[in-house]
Amino acid sequence: MTWGELLGLFGHFLLLSLLAVGGAITTAPDMHRYLVTDHHWLTDAQFTSSIAIAQAAPGPNLLFVAVLGWNVAGPLGAFATTTGILLPSTVLSLWATRWGSQRRETRGVRAFTNGLTPLTLGLLLATGWVLAEPYVRDPHYRWGALALIAITVLVMTRTKISPMWLVALGALAGVAGLV
Amino acid sequence: MTTTSPEAAPPPEPPRPSSSPALTAPASLRELFFAFNRLSLQGFGGVLPVAQRELVERLRWLDKQQFVEMLAVSQVLPGPNVVNLALMFGDRWFGVRGAMVALAGMMAAPLVIVLVLTVLYGQYAQHPLVGGALRGMGAVAAGLVISTALKLLTTVRRNPMGRWLALLFAALTFTLTALLHWPLVWVVLGLGSIAMTVAWVRLGRNTDSSST
Repeated sequence: MTWGELLGLFGHFLLLSLLAVGGAITTAPDMHRYLVTDHHWLTDAQFTSSIAIAQAAPGPNLLFVAVLGWNVAGPLGAFATTTGILLPSTVLSLWATRWGSQRRETRGVRAFTNGLTPLTLGLLLATGWVLAEPYVRDPHYRWGALALIAITVLVMTRTKISPMWLVALGALAGVAGLV
Repeated sequence: MTTTSPEAAPPPEPPRPSSSPALTAPASLRELFFAFNRLSLQGFGGVLPVAQRELVERLRWLDKQQFVEMLAVSQVLPGPNVVNLALMFGDRWFGVRGAMVALAGMMAAPLVIVLVLTVLYGQYAQHPLVGGALRGMGAVAAGLVISTALKLLTTVRRNPMGRWLALLFAALTFTLTALLHWPLVWVVLGLGSIAMTVAWVRLGRNTDSSST
């Protein structure tokens, strides 16, 4: 990969950073278009497995961006995509939250946050749905996946056990062929 | 001694007085770093459920209401949600330094781990056990996000637009994004502006009725 292409990669992720309303994962379709369809830097399978690896590792989901960059151009690629996706949104977030917190008790800011909290809750449920859907649609995995989801919800709402143990349980169930 | 200024260095901005008195605050940048490091390293399949558990239930640095408000703002702003949440939280207590420390705490160790996994995955990708484990973890990740949403749903009781309207907006958002696959931008701009307008009107009415 040339320096020009690397710069292009960085630039594209700078742009995606500002479009990533609702989380980095919402820009995945556009990353697919750029990396797989337009530039052929990754295959379809590489793209999908990059996201799966980031899901399996601890940490923010946005790490899939680093894996994509790594698979495109090694360490420099990972650096380009990760700093690209973080830089503009970080600057904007800091500026906007400071502006907002100075006006926290004004009617406008209260209407803004109170109006959006129900949408946030809906979006959280939607994310859960999108993550669960591929397993639930597949009759081969449906009941195992639904059982795991139900156990997870019960344990999380009724106990103080760390989610980490549930993820370990899920991995074991998968290895045992139950899901 | 020429100055009589009472405060040499006040904190950057006092946090909003909270309804529950038992809330605490991070004592140092070091504590902030390790808190975010800890919650991020537990965050398999997403950090948000762990962030809620750690910041609200274990450390008690935020109450449920503050958490959901911060989350709402961090979702509207562009950029990864949990990253925005870390930035906002760090900035609130320690300014820009705090924001950077919280971000570094959340990103550093997981970044190394995920890149090591990437290199390893190349060798074991075809193994059926790896696929099974990924599926099981994926299902649990879905359950974790759903339970976080269910726990935070109780905050609609304190929403000025009223419990039922707030639940209606949540249900509409779910339907439009998850079932009908509308682009998120339009859901936020369209439904979001309607919800904000409703909240604005209700807030005005509440102020009027409480002053009379």
